[in-house]
Amino acid sequence: MSEKVDARGLSCPQPVLMALSRMREIKAGELEVLVDNEVSKENVRRAASKEGWELAQIREETGEYHLLLKRS
Amino acid sequence: MEAKKNFFATSAGIVGVGVVIGVLAALLQKWGNPGNMGICVACFERDVAGGLGLHRADVVQYLRPEILGFVLGAFVAAIAVGEFKPRSGSAPLARFLLGMCAMIGALVFLGCPWRAILRLAGGDGNALFGLAGLATGVGIGTVFFRSGYSLGRTTRQNSGLGLLMPLVIGGLLALRLIFPPVPGEAKSGVLFYSLKGPGAQHAALFVSLAVGLVVGVIAQRSRFCTMGALRDLILFRHWHLFSGFIALLAAAWVTNLVLGQFHPGFANQPVAHTQSFWNFSGMLVAGLAFALAGGCPGRQLFMSGEGDGDAAVFVVGMIVGAAFAHNFGLASSPAGIGLHGVAAVVVALITCLFIGFANVRRVGSEGE
Repeated sequence: MSEKVDARGLSCPQPVLMALSRMREIKAGELEVLVDNEVSKENVRRAASKEGWELAQIREETGEYHLLLKRS
Repeated sequence: MEAKKNFFATSAGIVGVGVVIGVLAALLQKWGNPGNMGICVACFERDVAGGLGLHRADVVQYLRPEILGFVLGAFVAAIAVGEFKPRSGSAPLARFLLGMCAMIGALVFLGCPWRAILRLAGGDGNALFGLAGLATGVGIGTVFFRSGYSLGRTTRQNSGLGLLMPLVIGGLLALRLIFPPVPGEAKSGVLFYSLKGPGAQHAALFVSLAVGLVVGVIAQRSRFCTMGALRDLILFRHWHLFSGFIALLAAAWVTNLVLGQFHPGFANQPVAHTQSFWNFSGMLVAGLAFALAGGCPGRQLFMSGEGDGDAAVFVVGMIVGAAFAHNFGLASSPAGIGLHGVAAVVVALITCLFIGFANVRRVGSEGE
């Protein structure tokens, strides 16, 4: 079961801050981040990559993006 | 399924966008816009307010086509790539007031972040104080964000609501076409025009509009944001947007050198004053307001074109703020700060800080 951050309806920097905070908390494993705009998707992806997390999967459902981040 | 990669959002893309904006802004000065003001979102929105008669400072009245182009370009780009997403509902009054405060601060400095960069690129040393103030204001904003500041979530809206801002802007463009400037006349139909001063200096309508549209398209695709550049650098040590900021500065500087528009110094710079403390303080307030509202004035225009009603409220707040600034002696002039400029900076700063503190959420409830 992956950890989840729901940043729908929020604009940057909040989705990135929320995702980074959870990444640093759990340190490794799986983290699903939900956003609902392209900008947040790009920014979370960029921030995750800098933190050493891999973007394992990205899924779009009715205008919302589910980003699955992984770190072993 | 992920959409095709957006080139404009890459490192090369954002630098390219900064270069294009820098070159075009410097060229706009050559083509008729005021000195070191090829593009200034705050000044141009102030001119729009004057063009509509919301204030009657007769030297700054012109319905700037660049502003209209920014929104319409972003709208077209967003529609073309499926990013037109009507949304709103996140603390509209706070955003309106932040827009007013941002404009009041910017008009004490005499420029928005875009113009602060262009002023520096033109050799205006006073811009250094403005940029330092901007970075300080954005820095204060990042402290709020680290503390859990949020204006709350937006909700999706129907397409009709998302179309409101592009339609309003389309209506303003129609007014500009119906009532063009008449030589020697300060009024044409319902629109006001300046006969002298910065408002009388402008490139041809279709040149300004074309540049505005191009910038609107590429800025929407790249998410170009001068406030975000500083915020992401301070908050995350992310250089992505900042590289676009630097590219704009470098490109405008080189173009100014080529065009003979680079005149280093502090005194007698175009549409600028030398009161350093107030240049710093005005932009501190503007920077804090932009940070708390989530975007520089250009970005707010682009987002309003994408259907973001909250950004549109901020833009309207800026235009109303400009009217207040000129109706009540808050704005500076090349002679120095306005009669009530000091009080305006203090009140605007208190307003921003109040909105900041009032919206810090407790840990665990962030964004709710």
